[in-house]
Amino acid sequence: MVFALLKYGLNRHYPRVHQFPKPRDLRPSYDVVIIGGGGHGLATAYYLARDWGITNVAVLDKGYLGGGNTARNTAIIRSNYLTPEGVRFYDESVRLYKDLSNDFDMNIMYSERGHFTLAHTDAAIRTMRWRAEVNKHFGIESELIFNDDIAKLCPQLNLSDKARYPVLGALYHVPGSIARHDAVAWGYGAGAAMRGVDIHQRTEVLSVTREGVNGTGGRVTGVLTNRGPIACKKVIQAVAGASGQVAAMVGMRLPIRTIPLQACVSQPLKPFLDKIIVSGSLHVYISQSSRGELVMGGSTDPYSLYGTRSTLDFKEGLMAHMLELFPFLGNVKILRQWAGMTDMTPDFAPIMGETQIENYYIDAGWGTWGFKATPVCGKRNAEMLATGRVPELIQGFTYRRFHDYNQLGEKGAASVGH
Amino acid sequence: MMASRLPAPAGVLIDRSKPITFNFCGQDYTGFQGDTIASALAANGVGMLSRSFKYHRPRGLMTAAGQDANTLVQIGDEPNVLADLRAIEAGLAITAQNVFGSLANDYANVLDGLGRFLPVGFYYKTFFRPKGAWRYWEKLIRALAGLGKVDVGAHHGYYDKQYLFCDVAVVGGGAAGLAAAQAAAAAGADVILIEENVRLGGALNYARFDVEGRRGRGLRADLVPRIEADQNIRVLTGAFANGWFADHWIPVIQGNRMYKLRAGAVVIASGSYEQPLVFRNNDLPGVMFSSAAQRLIKLYGVKPGTRAVVATANADGYGAALDLLDAGVDVACIADLRPQRGDGPLADAVRDRGVPIVQGATVSEAIPQKGNLGIEAARVAKITGQGTTADVDDRFGCDLIVTAVGYNPTANLIHHAGGTFVYNDDTAMFELTALPQGMQAAGSVNGSFDIDAVIEDGGKGGWSAARNAGCKVGPMPTVRNDRGAFGVNHPWPIFPHPKGRDFIDFDEDLQVHDILDAIAEGYDDVELMKRFSTCGMGPSQGRHSSLNSVRLTARATGRSVTDTGTTTSRPPYAAETFGVLAGRSFEPERKTAMHHRHLELGARMMPAGQWWRPEYYGPPERRSLSIREEAAVVREAVGIIDVSTLGGLEVCGPDAAEFLNRVYTFAYAKQPVGRARYLLMTDQHGVIIDDGVACRLHDHHFYVTATTSGVGGVYQHMLFWNAQWRLQVNITNATASWCGVNLAGPKARDVLAAVCTDVDLSSAAFPYMAVREGTIAGVPARIIRIGFVGELGYEIHAPASQGEALWDALMVAGEPHGIRPFGIEAQRLLRLEKGHIIIGQDTDGLTNAIEAEMAWAISRNKPYFVGKRALAIQEKNGIKRKLVGFTLGNPADPAPKESHLVIRDGEITGRTTSVNYSYALGRTIGLAYVATDQAEPGTAFQIRIEKGRMIDAVVTKPPFYDPDGRRQEL
Repeated sequence: MVFALLKYGLNRHYPRVHQFPKPRDLRPSYDVVIIGGGGHGLATAYYLARDWGITNVAVLDKGYLGGGNTARNTAIIRSNYLTPEGVRFYDESVRLYKDLSNDFDMNIMYSERGHFTLAHTDAAIRTMRWRAEVNKHFGIESELIFNDDIAKLCPQLNLSDKARYPVLGALYHVPGSIARHDAVAWGYGAGAAMRGVDIHQRTEVLSVTREGVNGTGGRVTGVLTNRGPIACKKVIQAVAGASGQVAAMVGMRLPIRTIPLQACVSQPLKPFLDKIIVSGSLHVYISQSSRGELVMGGSTDPYSLYGTRSTLDFKEGLMAHMLELFPFLGNVKILRQWAGMTDMTPDFAPIMGETQIENYYIDAGWGTWGFKATPVCGKRNAEMLATGRVPELIQGFTYRRFHDYNQLGEKGAASVGH
Repeated sequence: MMASRLPAPAGVLIDRSKPITFNFCGQDYTGFQGDTIASALAANGVGMLSRSFKYHRPRGLMTAAGQDANTLVQIGDEPNVLADLRAIEAGLAITAQNVFGSLANDYANVLDGLGRFLPVGFYYKTFFRPKGAWRYWEKLIRALAGLGKVDVGAHHGYYDKQYLFCDVAVVGGGAAGLAAAQAAAAAGADVILIEENVRLGGALNYARFDVEGRRGRGLRADLVPRIEADQNIRVLTGAFANGWFADHWIPVIQGNRMYKLRAGAVVIASGSYEQPLVFRNNDLPGVMFSSAAQRLIKLYGVKPGTRAVVATANADGYGAALDLLDAGVDVACIADLRPQRGDGPLADAVRDRGVPIVQGATVSEAIPQKGNLGIEAARVAKITGQGTTADVDDRFGCDLIVTAVGYNPTANLIHHAGGTFVYNDDTAMFELTALPQGMQAAGSVNGSFDIDAVIEDGGKGGWSAARNAGCKVGPMPTVRNDRGAFGVNHPWPIFPHPKGRDFIDFDEDLQVHDILDAIAEGYDDVELMKRFSTCGMGPSQGRHSSLNSVRLTARATGRSVTDTGTTTSRPPYAAETFGVLAGRSFEPERKTAMHHRHLELGARMMPAGQWWRPEYYGPPERRSLSIREEAAVVREAVGIIDVSTLGGLEVCGPDAAEFLNRVYTFAYAKQPVGRARYLLMTDQHGVIIDDGVACRLHDHHFYVTATTSGVGGVYQHMLFWNAQWRLQVNITNATASWCGVNLAGPKARDVLAAVCTDVDLSSAAFPYMAVREGTIAGVPARIIRIGFVGELGYEIHAPASQGEALWDALMVAGEPHGIRPFGIEAQRLLRLEKGHIIIGQDTDGLTNAIEAEMAWAISRNKPYFVGKRALAIQEKNGIKRKLVGFTLGNPADPAPKESHLVIRDGEITGRTTSVNYSYALGRTIGLAYVATDQAEPGTAFQIRIEKGRMIDAVVTKPPFYDPDGRRQEL
């Protein structure tokens, strides 16, 4: 195992494996253009190349690789959702995640920690039982547990009934994990690039070229970028917080609000917390990374904004609640805070699949749960682009459900309040 | 390193009459009041403060200003304390962090020798085969990572917060900040000056501006008393302006207090970070910045070493050399990186004092003492090209290497505010190119390095800020053109060594080749380089690695430094504790007007949002018995429940009825005055979001109740919609003004009659679903005849101030009838017997009004209500589930829990939402969602309970109790 390290140490020169080819010119045409070089876009490219042999693919990103929400999320992976559609979907994602390090030949540091969603009210207990029952129905390890068991599994947690919002129970999801989020994007990117996919960073799509627009959505024939035009057969957008803006380029109005979500990390500390702890009532989630930093987040900001500004009151509220759960952290220090833009749908489920525009596909509505869906999105997007058919697993996520008032009830499974 | 205290005036911060003894790593040391831990240790000859993160190399003072991670120590239960910032106190026990063994003998230092096997990002490259291996390796990696230790038994300290307001906030109390504060105050601005050090003056306290070494002290003596005497200026020292947030909202942290400062305008005079020279072993204890050596001497009176080599590319290195000479340090050599001889007076003075100066040369390597505990010598070699040196070198024995190769602006707050910097290839410096509105920058952060220019720049910044803040200002001050930025930064102070240990990032133990390897692997965007290598991600957040790593990245990728850009600086500026951010925890608790009566009656209280409500009355061991008795007394005699937490909204105005018609599903236009009507609120998706009762008190006035947890949202929802409709209506959330009780049971009228004489309570005069205003035992009240629990009942709303009087009067009046208070649990049971739903329990985030069998509460004749269209479409497309009542097929089966699933042929078709055992009916009853084709009364279905067991249930049309509703309409 560690022989891999000997390889580096015993070589006179560091064996540099160039994971990403040097930027090259845009080709005049591609089979598939993927707008957005985050986890979802790169994963889509990876599976297109690996599983379907489609390599004449361009991934375009206006910034750097994986620099959007892939870089900004708190890297929690779980499948303890509420609707059958959600549970099946995220379960496939978790199963793919477990193999990613070997798929990539790159350690994404997938770390199974156990995930607690705390309940502070009897209403929350009912919701946790509901989730546990649905999860178990689909063979997923989730259980409603009470304070005796919580104390055994996570003795650091403040379980006093003197707390302002005492813990009454928790949904315990054994497979809940964290991973090195950047490495997920890099692994997919490197794997796609190795198979011939072009990754164009700092390449912004300015418009989408369509023909036959005549009271209908028409048909997509290419995109115009800041580096010139590209002709293509198919386009998929996977741009998270910018979903509404990009969809507007093809005349689509999405039922999505973009809302900032903030997070922060502490200075590195020796490991003392293995579990992932989430409290919806207190708007808190926390885990300790392999570097020893506490990675923490809260609820989304109370307004829509296409921006990633940070606020002070986010930290104030988060830390007040953090100390409710972990009163001994008063002297621990915050190192850095940041924000991402979440694309929230009304029913907290994503929008995937075909659109009313021919050859234009969408991967949006990822709100606060996009990272954990990265592998399954990539795999199923690739299948859809390659076969032209929407896989059964994601059919429920069609945008049409909003026209039909046939939404998915995933609100109850969001980890924190919105 | 042997060091000793210097005579005054060196040591302006220490009080030599007050010795203080403390303990570091098990050994006692004595310093003086005013010493930091690091300065006191330096005075005792202790140079090593910590071990590095990855290789566990010894580390010592680098900035002496709390700006690097080398000084992080543990004090009791507090991890990651900056030893060059924290003052010593008597008895303080300080320990080293992240060492295996002891600070002096750290076994993990073996990793230093294995460094070549641990390339940049090594953890990405291995530890994952065979599948599952990572979970074992991870434990080891995690144990090696992390710095300080958390004590899970530590107590939550005392923290507080205070608001501050000013016209002009000046961040930084150095020469520029002092001048800015003075200028702004002179224009009449109310000024707050924030300085992170304990003493105003910044570099004036320690830097050498002239050969005689008097200039700094003189300027300080001129500027500071005027600041201190100015009534318009408030000075906060030892205070960190820790971030900039929208509209000049600045957290200022001073000890355990956070000031939240709202400023009209801001001057950033935060100075700049001195930058490291990169050479082999540039991380050893004893290698420090020129400013650090000067701080030790001037602030703490500590001689930083005995024999020094100075590597410099600017006048500050010569200033430091003069200070070293004055402090009795032998300066063995000055390596001046510049090819041409510096012609300033400081350089001349150093030369005149006989110090050998090698022009066009650098320190190329520090020769370590045994165990890397300090420096034995420095190699000085001629520079042959960008980053290269001659093979031959001179070796100078020394215990101190002082470097002065330039600065990077302390631009954290400017970055937070969206300001931009561009690299100037001529000055080799990032220069401010755009400032956000209302923000000024002055001094070295703004590219001014000549001290006279700095003071002028400060004056101009203060003037501009005062003008921005709306003060009357005089003519704009002029500033000189030459601000002294040329000749300060060396363009390439990076001299990689074939054997490495040429550190770029000290926090993360990253060497030149680590950065280059990351770029070579394809992580060639500066953000990717950072993320892959972790450069700049450590506790000092790139203060000393950002500039050099960007220069390296630019060169390796063939781009300019400006095109390469920098990574983003984010709040906080300095690490801030959870405790300071949290402050004193203010979690509001809402207690009803009768709260203390419940406690006196032995109620077990439960949280309901922010409220506390009685769950039941009596000791916990009698819980189920109490609930049963409370329910029985309501059915048989009379009970009373506190309903003060229900929302109360006053909806007034000529369009009040029209407004309710639009936001609720029922019809209110023709509702007569004096009548109450059920309210059901749906959102645009037809989803039920709240319910309540509308009481028409006047043609233009409805009193509207809402659920306890829903009222906030309902109020917002109403305001949201009326902002668009602009109906003539005024909406007030009056929840806190009212208290309320529900008096329920066959004897309710008798009880009420005893205390209410101004309302005709007869069934004919005051029927079911009527509302009256009257007085109860002298308390003005709104009395509504409704029956959530299905008995004759009156919901009485009274001013919250009269709550206890109302409660007492009813309890006394009820005594002959056997009145008992009842809690939430009994109420839940009683309403379930009637089949009344609870929003949020029997509905979920998608329940529409049809599924919940609430079609009766929807007015089909109205042209519009929020959700109408959605409901119509959903009805047309077909409803997939229905909320039904059920009883158990076999009464002997255990009762299902709420949220157990309804299963048909292995598929989920629904779930239970409410389940309870009805003593009145002698059986388990409940509500559940089932598939539409399972919803007919009498249909059998299956519920999966604990351990996967399936039990039978039968759809039973509610109400389970008194189906004709005779009792409530008595």
